[in-house]
Amino acid sequence: MKRLEYKHPRPVRWMHWFNVPLLFGMIWSGLLIYWANDVYRIGFGEWTLFRFFPNWFYQVFGLAHRLAEGMAWHFTIMWLFAINGLCYVLYTFISGEWRHLLPNRNSFREAWMVVLHDLHLSKAEPPRRKFNGAQQFAYTSVIIMGAGSLLTGLAIYKPTQLAWLTNLLGGYEWARWAHFWLTLGYVAFFLVHISQVIRAGWNNFRAMVTGFEVAPVEEVSGG
Amino acid sequence: MDKPTVPEAIAASDAKVEADIRRMTRRSFATGAIAAMAGGSALTWLATRATEDGTLWPLRRMLEFNERVAQTLYDSNRLAPEFPVDQAVEPRVNGHVGLESPVAAANWNVRVIGQLDRQIPLTAIKELPAHEMTTELKCVEGWSRVVRWKGIRLADFLDKFGAPTDYIGLSTPPNGKDVNGAVDRYYVGLDRPSAMHPQTLLCYEMNGQPLSEAHGAPLRLISAVKYGYKCIKRISVIELTDRRPADYWAQRGYDWYAGH
Repeated sequence: MKRLEYKHPRPVRWMHWFNVPLLFGMIWSGLLIYWANDVYRIGFGEWTLFRFFPNWFYQVFGLAHRLAEGMAWHFTIMWLFAINGLCYVLYTFISGEWRHLLPNRNSFREAWMVVLHDLHLSKAEPPRRKFNGAQQFAYTSVIIMGAGSLLTGLAIYKPTQLAWLTNLLGGYEWARWAHFWLTLGYVAFFLVHISQVIRAGWNNFRAMVTGFEVAPVEEVSGG
Repeated sequence: MDKPTVPEAIAASDAKVEADIRRMTRRSFATGAIAAMAGGSALTWLATRATEDGTLWPLRRMLEFNERVAQTLYDSNRLAPEFPVDQAVEPRVNGHVGLESPVAAANWNVRVIGQLDRQIPLTAIKELPAHEMTTELKCVEGWSRVVRWKGIRLADFLDKFGAPTDYIGLSTPPNGKDVNGAVDRYYVGLDRPSAMHPQTLLCYEMNGQPLSEAHGAPLRLISAVKYGYKCIKRISVIELTDRRPADYWAQRGYDWYAGH
């Protein structure tokens, strides 16, 4: 027997989907800005494994020579991105939704189980709950990353008026560095998130659109 | 073993669940499609507006809105961090506009245009109290360098030679027209609060040496509350005005305020 289970409240769904173009816009305009001083890399001393970014990357996505444009978009979309994020945090606290989202003392062990299961290293099924431990970690981390982007962004946007903040983050250059790596963090989150959503299937995805999931009802006695 | 029979009531209820979710899915996806189209239309509208000084005008309005927010929260008592002198390095030479001809630094005068129009000799400017600071010069491109500067506060200059106007325009010597017919000169505009900041200096020394020609001899602006593109070199004209002065890079898509 099946029943409909209300999974994602309407405000969460709206804010989630709003965030998609907003985050994309922030990353895109951020790349237009980053191009003008693209100094970060993975490497050690003289040795470089990967440079952010190779020239083909700017060429393919048309990111070169657009610094002024990037700044204008970045400093416009930032308001919507920040407001949407703050509303989400406020909503999860007021509604009590945070109880499903914040990791608890079991989450770490559970998250590890989920990782092993998803890598086909363990047969133990993750618990059937709204959010398992791995999801709790992921969805809480990404909010903390959002706060980090806001703070590191402010630290490089107003490094004199907010000098205390810039200093706290290790100075202007480190704040910019952290702002960049947080962005790569979103990209990593996005890739894992998409692949997990595909694995979880249509019923799970549909719940983020309609709010409802079709769930089996456990029968009390054998039928 | 017989296949368990599904009681009719449950089968009916399952069918209802399926019907309900199908209805909700249609409705939610339709709402989503409308929202996406509304967003797409808004973006298309935005991206097809006329540009104003190189930036789509709605984005230009947003930069101005950000400026008002920044001005409201601005406090000239908040200082940029200073660094140990031994961290000072030679900054990159990034701006050449207005510096194409050799400078005639001897007997340099700065023309101050306000209610009066007068020439202030550099020697008189250097009589104002000297200040030194080791601060981070920040380029809009994203790089920064710690540099030691020496000069006089623009606030002191304005108190002595200026007038309490809303804006201050600064310019390199007018060199007539270049080959393309454009004015061959660099010019910036400053809002008064930023001009009065204690770390906004008219500099004549960099890292313990007199300014080189490439770095803006004989007199340049350095402000810890602005990006490098506001830090004009080879200052020849200072205009005191209540109208927002033109700014070289702000006319080319960048933010006029550029405040830190």
